[in-house]
Amino acid sequence: MNAAAPVAAPAQITSRVDHPAARALTGRHRVRWWEALPWLAAVALYLAFPDYLGFGTELLIVILFALSLDLALGYAGIITLGHAAFFGGGAYTVGMLAFYGVWTEPITGLVLAAATAAVIGLLSGLVLLRTSGLTLLMLTICTMALMEQADNMARTYTGGFDGLPDLPIAPVFGLFEFNPLYANTQFLYALGVLFLCFAFVRTLIYSPFGQSLTGIRENLLRMHAVGSPVRRRLVICYTISAALAGVAGGLSAQTNAFVNLSALDLDRAATVLIVLILGGHGRLYGAFIGAVVYLTLEHFLAQIYPTAWQLGLGILLVLIALFARNGILGLGETLWRRYDARRAAS
Amino acid sequence: MTETRLETRALSRHFGALTAVQAIDFKLATGARHALIGPNGAGKTTFVNLLTGVLRPTHGHVLLGGCDITDKAQAERVKLGIARTFQINRLFRGLSALENVCIAVAERVGAASSMIYPAGWRTDVIDEAMQILETLKLTDAARRRVSELAYGRQRLIELAIAIGLKPEVLLLDEPAAGVPSAESHIILDALERLPEHIAVLIIEHDMDVVFRFAKRVSVMVGGALFAEGTPREIEANPKVREVYLGQSSQRSGHG
Repeated sequence: MNAAAPVAAPAQITSRVDHPAARALTGRHRVRWWEALPWLAAVALYLAFPDYLGFGTELLIVILFALSLDLALGYAGIITLGHAAFFGGGAYTVGMLAFYGVWTEPITGLVLAAATAAVIGLLSGLVLLRTSGLTLLMLTICTMALMEQADNMARTYTGGFDGLPDLPIAPVFGLFEFNPLYANTQFLYALGVLFLCFAFVRTLIYSPFGQSLTGIRENLLRMHAVGSPVRRRLVICYTISAALAGVAGGLSAQTNAFVNLSALDLDRAATVLIVLILGGHGRLYGAFIGAVVYLTLEHFLAQIYPTAWQLGLGILLVLIALFARNGILGLGETLWRRYDARRAAS
Repeated sequence: MTETRLETRALSRHFGALTAVQAIDFKLATGARHALIGPNGAGKTTFVNLLTGVLRPTHGHVLLGGCDITDKAQAERVKLGIARTFQINRLFRGLSALENVCIAVAERVGAASSMIYPAGWRTDVIDEAMQILETLKLTDAARRRVSELAYGRQRLIELAIAIGLKPEVLLLDEPAAGVPSAESHIILDALERLPEHIAVLIIEHDMDVVFRFAKRVSVMVGGALFAEGTPREIEANPKVREVYLGQSSQRSGHG
């Protein structure tokens, strides 16, 4: 800024926006240095552990899926346990188009997956979001269960429980061979997709729209009373969240080269919820932390204790529920604030 | 004479066999300072809910500036200029005082549906919200979480959110409820500084507040309007004393 600008504006207005509370809002969306860390870590993983790229790709997909849930659950406060409906919707879109040779190009495939999931999200959201609390929770599960059963009944086309194997996916940009044998291509591709989706979500949550979602989460009745079209906002948010979950599902079908009923089941929906709660919901980076911790534990505990690894996870969840209601990130924030206060006091 | 801003015609609301609000004809003029009093269960809050569109009337009409708004939803009525505060605080508890007001202002100026730019770029919204906090002497609380503020100041945030909507009609549902009497003057001071043209309807139990703030008083009993007049007339009305004031007999009986 040059020195002339503050002179032009009336002094009082300058001082108001200069108040720390105002500056906290005007500068909130700025990118902090530590926000580069997850992406640096991903690049480091790529360079240092080429053997773990398959694991890394799976991790990126779970992060994207959890991020989509965070938008609905963490920011707008939409209680859902049926998010696999959209993951599965995206996965089967990619899967069926590829299996029947209709469409195998990966990037546009993801766009189609997003579109399908968005339509499902919009249609179900228009009905579901008239309810709240436990009713809403049950209806989201019902939607997912209906889709799973419909999928199972249409087994002539969907392959039923066994699913659709050996999906042919065309090379990325027509150049880079794309199948599970090329783990590095898959990893970079998934990383690129996650980065774009993340940039989108980040923009959204810091926008005025995102702020109004937070308002809806914090006090629904008050949002009605300030004249906010609450249901329309929720439906839009739910649709966007569904589209992102659809991208995650499509990505999963592409990188695994197969899709089956597990893309739509309660287990998947519950897992992503656990990941988000573990990391910390409504925090943007909770999805990252949660996915890393969950998948790492699953991976390594399962090697050490193949029969009882879930016990370790269970204990961790109990600890989180007891001592860190806002997940690992929330716990970190609390500790940091305490440290900061002590430093300020001394 | 001043013009009528808000009007109800034969407004009624039944809940099953119970008549909560019964054929109320009521007028609120531009710039009015009107109090609505009455014993608990008289239907005052139901009346406000009918005015704001939270409830639909069983019979009758609500008119704003001469236009029938009976069929308008709550959000539309807010856009037309009816704002309210709540008897029990309904704040965005986890957010800062400034953010609370910003949400209302952003909604009013139509910024709140934008997705592509950061909310922090709307310095006009933030500036206006800061200005509202300033007039309510809440500048020092702007950054604090509202759930951490003293109750009296939380009540002011409740008011600040409503002011952020730039209403023509402001409905205040017991603005001083739950505020310790030592702090209630800050609410009164704030009420007295409201822009003059706003038509204010205040529901209040605290007679000190009513007699200091209101120019006219309506008494509601059993869902119907029982009496209306200046504070002095109401205070002198023996029938009102009997059904309402009589219970605690003195003006200061409530504080």
